[in-house]
Amino acid sequence: MPYRIVASQCTSCTACEAECPNQAISEGGGTFAIDPDKCTECIGHFDVPQCVAVCPIDHTCVIDTRIPRYQAAS
Amino acid sequence: MHTVSPGQLKPMVQLQDFMQSVARHEGCGTKSGGGKSGCGSSAGQGDMPLEVWEKVKNHPCYSEEAHHHYARMHVAVAPACNIQCNYCNRKYDCANESRPGVVSERLTPEQAAKKVLAVASAIPQMTVLGIAGPGDPLANPEKTFKTFELIAETAPDIKLCLSTNGLALPDHVDMLKKLNVDHVTITINMIDPEIGAKIYPWVFFDHQRHTGIEAARILTERQLLGLEMLTERGILCKVNSVMIPGINDRHLVEVNKAVKSRGAFLHNIMPLISAPEHGTVFGLNGQRGPSAHELKAVQDDCEGGTNMMRHCRQCRADAVGLLGEDRSAEFTADKVMTKDVDYDPAVRQAYQAKVEAGRQAKVAAKQAELAALAGETSDIKIMVAVATKGGGVINEHFGHAKEFQVYELSAHGSKFVGHRRVDLYCQGGFGEEDSLETIIRAINDCHAVFVAKVGGCPKASLKLAGIDPVDGYAYEFIEQSAIAYFKAYLDKVKSGEIDHVARGDATIRQGAFVAAE
Repeated sequence: MPYRIVASQCTSCTACEAECPNQAISEGGGTFAIDPDKCTECIGHFDVPQCVAVCPIDHTCVIDTRIPRYQAAS
Repeated sequence: MHTVSPGQLKPMVQLQDFMQSVARHEGCGTKSGGGKSGCGSSAGQGDMPLEVWEKVKNHPCYSEEAHHHYARMHVAVAPACNIQCNYCNRKYDCANESRPGVVSERLTPEQAAKKVLAVASAIPQMTVLGIAGPGDPLANPEKTFKTFELIAETAPDIKLCLSTNGLALPDHVDMLKKLNVDHVTITINMIDPEIGAKIYPWVFFDHQRHTGIEAARILTERQLLGLEMLTERGILCKVNSVMIPGINDRHLVEVNKAVKSRGAFLHNIMPLISAPEHGTVFGLNGQRGPSAHELKAVQDDCEGGTNMMRHCRQCRADAVGLLGEDRSAEFTADKVMTKDVDYDPAVRQAYQAKVEAGRQAKVAAKQAELAALAGETSDIKIMVAVATKGGGVINEHFGHAKEFQVYELSAHGSKFVGHRRVDLYCQGGFGEEDSLETIIRAINDCHAVFVAKVGGCPKASLKLAGIDPVDGYAYEFIEQSAIAYFKAYLDKVKSGEIDHVARGDATIRQGAFVAAE
């Protein structure tokens, strides 16, 4: 996925949901999460990950180190 | 149904905060039969064109005159924001003007529409629906516009308005026009990006986070462009500015000129609300808010520019009721969604007609009293604080007042210059000394305080502080009483019975307002 949302930090403000070019972000049970199968780190879309750029709380949308970084199709 | 007799208007509810005002309301209440201004004078109209006044005179956030009589509600459908302000902490919702950003629950557009109908049926003087957050309405355009559409379908008599930081405004002005949005408020704290960089750490624009001076430059350009576009399309625009001492206080006169020249009809300069417990940048770095004198001085400096609003309550994004009261707890989503609502426009109109009658009686009383000041040439000015629940009447006990309205009196008559929020002095029937001191600090610039009733103890403390506790005008109209008091004051000064002594400064209460349960 590379990016994930730190649930304890998230204010559920929904700002990231609308900005994600992959519709990878959705709400479930009051918290927001990034679908690892859909996240492309915004590569090919924008210079910076949109969820990180719009999130009002620092260190909330972060790289998920448990999963290999996204590789754009070559 | 709650009815009102002109002599004793009692608000059905209390609100908590709202905003706006007209610089000097000299007279007339509102409309008479023909839909034109009922009295010949300017009726709170100030230097507004008549067509603007006609649109705002029943809007509590735009007309100081109206805010005693008409209610508004905000629905919190817009959680996302596209900028960061140093007076706002998104983690705990917004701390400042978005006290407008503080909400208890967020609503879907469908829930919001249902809530509006329920409130409009219960509070017939509720004439205005606003979307103010808790984020920025235009950073949530779909939810905001869907809410407006649903309300326009079911309750077309309710005016729609919205409050925005302006960043996304140019993209949506045409949609606002299409949706028949009556009024837009833009928060503009600066027109100089160097000053802006001290207020806004970043903005999210064009898919990037911009910081520093560049962020502020983008923001100010978009705000002023949006204001111009609103003006071109005939949508009324009010500008809010948060006064931040040492950062933009001196600059606000420039802001005032810039927004007036672009068509803003009202400028609302609000004090920064800043305390460490809010967790905001300003709260944590010790940035203070202005004192009452500092705020009034800047408002007075700007008064020759755009009409100044002084009755803003910096309310929450889910406030319900008259300005200064909050009934939002009565209309939570779970209560509203299970309730059958009987929305009857005729009942609302009948109620509003009664409000109008009371309003005109109040204005007539003031006009009559003003005649007593004719020929008066003294340059003495005093301020008086008033305990009121609304309706333009002195109808609140000193110990129950959650705020005091402040009027400045001079040979020209009375002028509303603001309100002071106070902690409840009387908790469970007994007063507490430290909260009494808090109240005295909040109205320390006033010569007198008008109340429906006041106990012996606070009366003595007020006298000791040099504030005259006045209960002789209980349940009378505020301005008529204030002018009569002032006339008597001048007579006593002239006869040598008392000396006129200027008062000191007063404190603007910091920290969140919490409605009493």
